Amino acid sequence: MIGHLTAILEQIDISADWIGIRATQTTSTTRSMRDGNPQQNGRALNRGAMVEVLADGQFGYSATNQITPEALRIAAQQAYDQAIAASQWAVHPFTAAVRPTVVGSYTSPLDQPFDSLTAAEINDLLRQLCERLKVSADIVRTSAIARTHDIESWLVSSNGSQVHQKLNLIEGHLGAIAQAAGVTQARTDNGHMAHSYQGGWERFKTADLWERATRTGEQAVELLSAPDCPNDTTTLVLAPDQMMLQLHESVGHPLELDRILGDERNYAGGSFVRPQDFGQLAYGSPLMNVTFDATHPGEIASYDYDDTGTPAQREYLIRQGILQRGLGGLESQRRLNSPGVACARACNWNRPAIDRMANINLESGETSFENMISSIENGVYMESNRSWSIDDQRRKFQFGCEYARKIENGKLTTPLKNPNYRATTPQFWHSLSQVGDASTMAVYGTPYCGKGEPNQLVRVGHASPVCTFDNIEVFGGAGA
Amino acid sequence: MTAQILDRENPQNDCDRAPSTYEQTFQKLAAAIPSQLKDHQHFTLSLSGEESQFTRFNRAKVRQTGQVRDGQMSLHVMTGDRTASITLPFTGNFETDWPLTQSALSELQPDFPHLPIDPYVVLPTTTAQNTSREVRSGHLLEATEVAEQLLSPVKSLDFSGLYAGGLSYRAYADSAGKRHWFETPSFTLDYSLFGNRLDQAAKGTVAGDCWDTETYRANVAVTQRQLELLSRPVKTVPRGSYRTYLAPDAVAGIIDTMAWGGLGEAALRQGNSAFNQLENGELTLSKKFSLREDFNKIGIPRFNNSGEVSSTQLPIIEQGEWANSLVSRRSAKEYGKSSNAANTSESMRAPAIAPGTLSEAQILSQLDTGLYLSNLHYLNWSDLVAGSITGMTRYACFWVENGEIVAPIENLRFDDNLYRFLGQGLIDLTTEQRFIPAVDTYNRRSLGGMWTPGMLIEQFRYTL
Repeated sequence: MIGHLTAILEQIDISADWIGIRATQTTSTTRSMRDGNPQQNGRALNRGAMVEVLADGQFGYSATNQITPEALRIAAQQAYDQAIAASQWAVHPFTAAVRPTVVGSYTSPLDQPFDSLTAAEINDLLRQLCERLKVSADIVRTSAIARTHDIESWLVSSNGSQVHQKLNLIEGHLGAIAQAAGVTQARTDNGHMAHSYQGGWERFKTADLWERATRTGEQAVELLSAPDCPNDTTTLVLAPDQMMLQLHESVGHPLELDRILGDERNYAGGSFVRPQDFGQLAYGSPLMNVTFDATHPGEIASYDYDDTGTPAQREYLIRQGILQRGLGGLESQRRLNSPGVACARACNWNRPAIDRMANINLESGETSFENMISSIENGVYMESNRSWSIDDQRRKFQFGCEYARKIENGKLTTPLKNPNYRATTPQFWHSLSQVGDASTMAVYGTPYCGKGEPNQLVRVGHASPVCTFDNIEVFGGAGA
Repeated sequence: MTAQILDRENPQNDCDRAPSTYEQTFQKLAAAIPSQLKDHQHFTLSLSGEESQFTRFNRAKVRQTGQVRDGQMSLHVMTGDRTASITLPFTGNFETDWPLTQSALSELQPDFPHLPIDPYVVLPTTTAQNTSREVRSGHLLEATEVAEQLLSPVKSLDFSGLYAGGLSYRAYADSAGKRHWFETPSFTLDYSLFGNRLDQAAKGTVAGDCWDTETYRANVAVTQRQLELLSRPVKTVPRGSYRTYLAPDAVAGIIDTMAWGGLGEAALRQGNSAFNQLENGELTLSKKFSLREDFNKIGIPRFNNSGEVSSTQLPIIEQGEWANSLVSRRSAKEYGKSSNAANTSESMRAPAIAPGTLSEAQILSQLDTGLYLSNLHYLNWSDLVAGSITGMTRYACFWVENGEIVAPIENLRFDDNLYRFLGQGLIDLTTEQRFIPAVDTYNRRSLGGMWTPGMLIEQFRYTL
């Protein structure tokens, strides 16, 4: 494909400052079961290419699902015309420096290829998982989903870039809903589609799969008789599957440079972070160390190059609580004159690259889970996100979880249903008082990070240890 | 206080127009597919495609601009007890699309007999309206005109947003002979004007089939006047419960949340809905509240992804009581109900809220003292099964005293239960419904939107 695209690029005859072609092909399968009956057995092919042209300091793009010389030639002309027409209104006079020359490739890890299981075997596995989830007659709905994606992308450009990246992704979900005596409670396996990784079936058929299915069903039933989470201001301990959401919404998004530049103000919103905050702002307690890490093997948003060709490196976003740099690709870095990371990503061939999270991880600390819990006299421990909402400047948030337990006198005690907490971002992260050690670390991902105009959904990964936050307002179903 | 340009009530249906290449190719594919199926196999074929112009603005400048030509078709193959699906690119070129379809079908066939038994397969059948064809016409900006036309009038303002426009097409065909085609030009302009403060912003939306620069200028002028009101000093309102007016855009946020909160039969039966208590009559909403599907003036196809054509209207909640769930053919089979032509996800496609008796002129005086909210942001169920919704205020939101706007507010979080605020808490709705266009562009440009009035609510609950 690189040769095909390079040949097409060489035939495009327009007087642009820079031309690039980014093509992607995604082959997916989705197999899902509800209550042991098939819901979907689907395959999908999606492919196309975007031609991007820089002329008079303005980029224009045109994307088509026909990867033919004629279609891409027309697309290049359209992109050029767009760039010229908009150039007098350009938000910034870009140069080809924001499209570095790179040659390279990346292939995600893969032990058990997707075709190592037949459709029948996958369906049988999902059916058995539904059976395992149904631990009692109180379970009224079980679901098991497995999705696989083979994604190949190719980038060629007039300044000599040639990048080929091949991603194998697998996304898994288990869920159970229990009902009895007018109470309904849902429990999932660490959140909706949270088991999203790079790799093959080895990331789905893990040693703990059956145990997780049983626990998901059992905890759904357990919640039916659990009291509501109390209304209190107390010590809050969050499991990694909720820390994923916490990091995503209150660290990842506010640090996106395009939000700080105002590009997102009409849709997703802005940020309370100011350009002058980088290198200075105490974002949270000194225990807070957050990295952008697109190099983490197996985490779902790993890559060697972003969609503009910028090589990816692991970078600290927040170190010992101090804000270091934001999440922004080369375009935003130039506009803001601020350091960023290789995170200009597009969800597909039909959308332009914008500043996105990739893998945003909270680095582990030194406290074991046992020591953490035993140090807390009164508190609440919460797992697995079920509700999320935050304001357009990423300050005031309210998050709900599926499952909680009371912490009393250093021990996890009564299960609690409908646990929620609310706070403001700076207050919350400054209240971070304990960070779990590496043994408490877990990696999750989500396929559903939405942003951008036109809208884009991308996959992001988050790894985190268990963490403790002091003096947080928690509440139950009635919502104090 | 969003304003729109709209010509949905009298769309120009140009159904005598010769079929486009897209339509011809789709029909040829539908005719060719049976040759690749076994004798006992049936198929359905759905299509969605677009030629779109996207121009994104920030600070009255162009951030990104480009075009997208894309189409996807979803082919379902089924027998009496098994089903499988294939999603493929649709280019509109038969010589490209047909070999791809053949290849995908040949890959599917070996797996098919080994797929699990599906007890709820629904095979395509003939219906009262087996075919339809709607081809609309309009006038949109040329791609190279967008920046100049939109930015010239606002170059002195802090203007951000997205213009999205172009041709959209949707189609359906199946082995029972159903054929539906819908094609329309459309655009949406979703924008914000910003003042000097971070939180000083007002939103405007323009949508329709025909671009008109003068109407656009008038729309911006309305939004600009609202922005001027926001220049007053901000009031911090403590958490608590306040009488609240939700403007139509804010109501749309609530209805959007409700629309994916379990109005479908499957969600109700599977413990995944906020509306079980309403459906079983344990609770009711205010008699002033009615929600229905209304396809009369919405600008979307009436056929669903099973080829059924919806009634022009379907009551969901009528005068505070449950009327109908959205029932797809699959749910109809599983739960012994009749299909009402809902799509497979059983989500609302053309929501409309019935108006009330509150005139526009009375809004502030009837609100008296409380909060005027133009928009809400990032809504979510805080407790789905109980019907509790949380979210934030956004854009032009004001503290009102004695019927007069006093000050813009610092954004507040609300968390309230729909059985309360749409029940005893619902004081009235405005007499005028507004069209709130769907501006989402995930995967493709959305079509349609919703019709809703504003709402006056007693003691809306704010928590942060």
